[in-house]
Amino acid sequence: MIAFDQHAKRPEFINVRVKRQDGPGKEPYWQLFKIPYEPELNVITVLQRIAALGKDADGNKSFPVCWDCGCLEEVCGACTMVINGRVRQSCSALVDRLMEDNPDELVLEPMSKFPVIRDLMVDRSRLFRGLKRVKAWVPVDSYYDMGRGERQLREMQERNYPLSQCMSCGCCVEACPQYTKIELEQKPGESDEAFDARKNDAFDKAFVGPHAISQAMLFNNHPTGKALEGERLDALTAPGGIQACGNAQNCVAVCPKEIPLTTSIARAGRATTLHTIRKWFEK
Amino acid sequence: MANQRVVVVGGGLAGLASTMKLAELGINVDLISLTPVKRSHSVCAQGGINSCNDQTRQLGDNEFKHFDDTVYGGDFLNHQPPVKEMADWAPKVIDLMDRLGVPFNRTGEGFIDRRRFGGTLYKRTAFAGATTGQQLLYALDEQVRRRESEGKVRKFEFWDFQGLIQDSTGRCRGVVAQDMVSMEMRSFPADAVVVATGGCGLVYGRSTMSVFCTGSAASRCFQAGAKYANGEFIQVHPTAIPGSDKLRLMSESARGEGGRVWVPRKPHDSRSPRDIPAADRYYFLEERYPEYGNLVPRDIATREIFDICVNEGLSVDDERMCVYLDLTHISKSELDRKLGGILEIYEKFQGVDPRIEPMRIFPAVHYSMGGLWADYVRTAAGGLEPGAPKNHMTNIEGLYAIGECDYHYHGANRLGANSLLSCIFTGLFTGPSIVNYIENQSEGHADLASSEIDSAVKKQQDRHDSLLKGDSSSDENPYLIHQELGDVMTRAATVVRRNDQLKDAIETVNELHERAMKVSLSDTGGWSNQNVLFSKSLQDMFPIAKCILQGALQRDECRGAHYKPEFQRPSLTAEDPAERRKQAEEWLDEFDKNNEKFLKSTIAEYDNASMKPKLSYEAVDTSLIQPRPRLYGLVGADIIEQVFKERAEAKKAGAAPAASA
Repeated sequence: MIAFDQHAKRPEFINVRVKRQDGPGKEPYWQLFKIPYEPELNVITVLQRIAALGKDADGNKSFPVCWDCGCLEEVCGACTMVINGRVRQSCSALVDRLMEDNPDELVLEPMSKFPVIRDLMVDRSRLFRGLKRVKAWVPVDSYYDMGRGERQLREMQERNYPLSQCMSCGCCVEACPQYTKIELEQKPGESDEAFDARKNDAFDKAFVGPHAISQAMLFNNHPTGKALEGERLDALTAPGGIQACGNAQNCVAVCPKEIPLTTSIARAGRATTLHTIRKWFEK
Repeated sequence: MANQRVVVVGGGLAGLASTMKLAELGINVDLISLTPVKRSHSVCAQGGINSCNDQTRQLGDNEFKHFDDTVYGGDFLNHQPPVKEMADWAPKVIDLMDRLGVPFNRTGEGFIDRRRFGGTLYKRTAFAGATTGQQLLYALDEQVRRRESEGKVRKFEFWDFQGLIQDSTGRCRGVVAQDMVSMEMRSFPADAVVVATGGCGLVYGRSTMSVFCTGSAASRCFQAGAKYANGEFIQVHPTAIPGSDKLRLMSESARGEGGRVWVPRKPHDSRSPRDIPAADRYYFLEERYPEYGNLVPRDIATREIFDICVNEGLSVDDERMCVYLDLTHISKSELDRKLGGILEIYEKFQGVDPRIEPMRIFPAVHYSMGGLWADYVRTAAGGLEPGAPKNHMTNIEGLYAIGECDYHYHGANRLGANSLLSCIFTGLFTGPSIVNYIENQSEGHADLASSEIDSAVKKQQDRHDSLLKGDSSSDENPYLIHQELGDVMTRAATVVRRNDQLKDAIETVNELHERAMKVSLSDTGGWSNQNVLFSKSLQDMFPIAKCILQGALQRDECRGAHYKPEFQRPSLTAEDPAERRKQAEEWLDEFDKNNEKFLKSTIAEYDNASMKPKLSYEAVDTSLIQPRPRLYGLVGADIIEQVFKERAEAKKAGAAPAASA
């Protein structure tokens, strides 16, 4: 019932080329799989078929491909990967449509801006670290019953809701030329805590990313969230903040939720400028 | 006791609400989740969250009516005190979510907008577009991140809960979990443990649930001695988009905002839906249920859609069963504002714009009303005693169950937009109970004997190692066994249940279980081995699957989502008023008799030796609202209702019930 070209000739098999890597620091390699064509497949089903098949295109026994997924309806952000060269969620990557562009094969790669854990699975903890950096929360006094929040006009809800749909998938940073990969190795004898601290330190000096800038703007536009506006703008004027953005505008082009990231970045630019001037006068 | 520590397993709405509340109360929390908590299945909830509100109050609504709708919709299988407490808390829960920054849709004047959901006549449901679950989850995720940066919470994401640590008295003293990346097995000693691990949709293969909703965490508690209750009550959502990897939910809010369900009157009418005139369309829900229309409770909508396709042969598509869910009469701008998120999902996955063409939908497994048995302490007024340590404690001391993985609140059928409420409510409400429990203990997490920790870890390590070693005599593939399990369960234990099919299914599932215990892994490595993690959760799906089947087999009645046509009470047939009244009297006598037998919670205990659940039955607390028949759409409903009222009044007046005269 999918409204694609019903009459296009479909092959008997689909070739799936997967960039695999057995673990961090290991050499990546390509493996080709062949699965029978079915209508209405998405990339998730393709990977499930590969797992059930248990062998590659040459008939050699193979490990199932390691990848992350969750909701399968593009609201959790887990299954992000690079498919035929484009970063996106694999659940909403429909094979019939992909084959219209490239009938020969599907090419699946892990995101390149995060350390590979295994195969298509990457470590995206830096994304969440970015949210801490900009204090992306509303600092309520308590979780006791204190009555309702402030009344909000529809206009404000309509401005905030799109930003609040960010699922921390990582597409924007994958496409961003200023967001470069940070991959550290645990040193011999280094405790997990010490390693985490060293990682966070490295993350905190590097570009925070469009998703986090947009979240800072979301909470600065909330009646109570505003209370931390100054701290958020401090974070965005620090190294790795807004000035690291090169205005390539790739982020907004790849965002699966069509979040107006560049609008957020522009707002953050104005707000940080004012913030810096204000601070200069207050010195 | 200083430095108290609680382990929360699961980072959906319930787990996060619990974590942030406990952190606020000064407890250190270890939050264990097999996915980054921001990706938990709660993100999939679409429609909204219920509470009575300023507007509905002025139309006659109140907390008690929300409570009443919930137990009536649940066919009275819900224990009433917890439901009453939840309904009383509901407006406060929404106020808190509002303060936390959830971008609820607003009215022109800036109030929280509401829509109507199934099983009620009031507009109680607050919503944030059509991604309310996602928005609520994010608000709680943000609060937990805040507590994490304050040092009150440690998150262990991509860690898989393996089992409980219990001391010699049976008290739960922590958990064993496995790092899904390094495969390290580790103990997490605690003063109390909260499981908030959601539903078990994966037992059915494909459902509306996320891939990690296997029920395996609840099953691991069940196998450790926790009771599992009402397993057979599985909600099949009326409207989902069929897909080969998943059945994607199409929210009830589509009908709440005016969506109409129909099929062409002529079977497999080849005309485009837009070319079919009104006279040739069969709006079967509206015709059959004039009062509630498209917003009958879910179990009823599901059965009607199933019936229209299976028994009446009116499926829209001749190859695959589906009906139309039509929004095309509503303006595009309104649809985008209120339902944008779900319409995008449909468009993205089906390649058709639902603003222009009616959607094609069919029912799918969606929610588990049953779950781990959990206690509560009732007040004289009929609510829950705040802070009582037993609230939501399972029969294993020190182990709490909250959210979808417990069995409370929804009875035999859940009303739409009540699940987000029950998850957040249980997370918040149990905070003080857990604190009080901990304060009454003489020994805390630091006092646990290392031998007890070691043996719990070793047990899990042994299980892991033996799976990796495999069974050389077998080449069972876990993914294929999972497909078979899903097929059997979907055939036997969804919309319509028959005893012969259930018996067959039990046999098949027993065999599959034995095969699953001998799986052979294609990956025997020690790094990010998803193969072995999946195999473990597959094995642990079986105890739950068996509870569902056995519970369904032994329950010879129709109640909520559990429908056995063989035991359905018929409509009234007599035309003559006197005869009709007599039929109504008999109908109600049967209703009472049936309730005496089956208005009971099904309680399962797992017998590890035979690998089978043992069932018993427990009375339901119906002390606040007398159970009454659900009469949606029944012929003769008016007279049955009248006789029911007369009897109830007679009973109240202390007179003998009319029927026994």
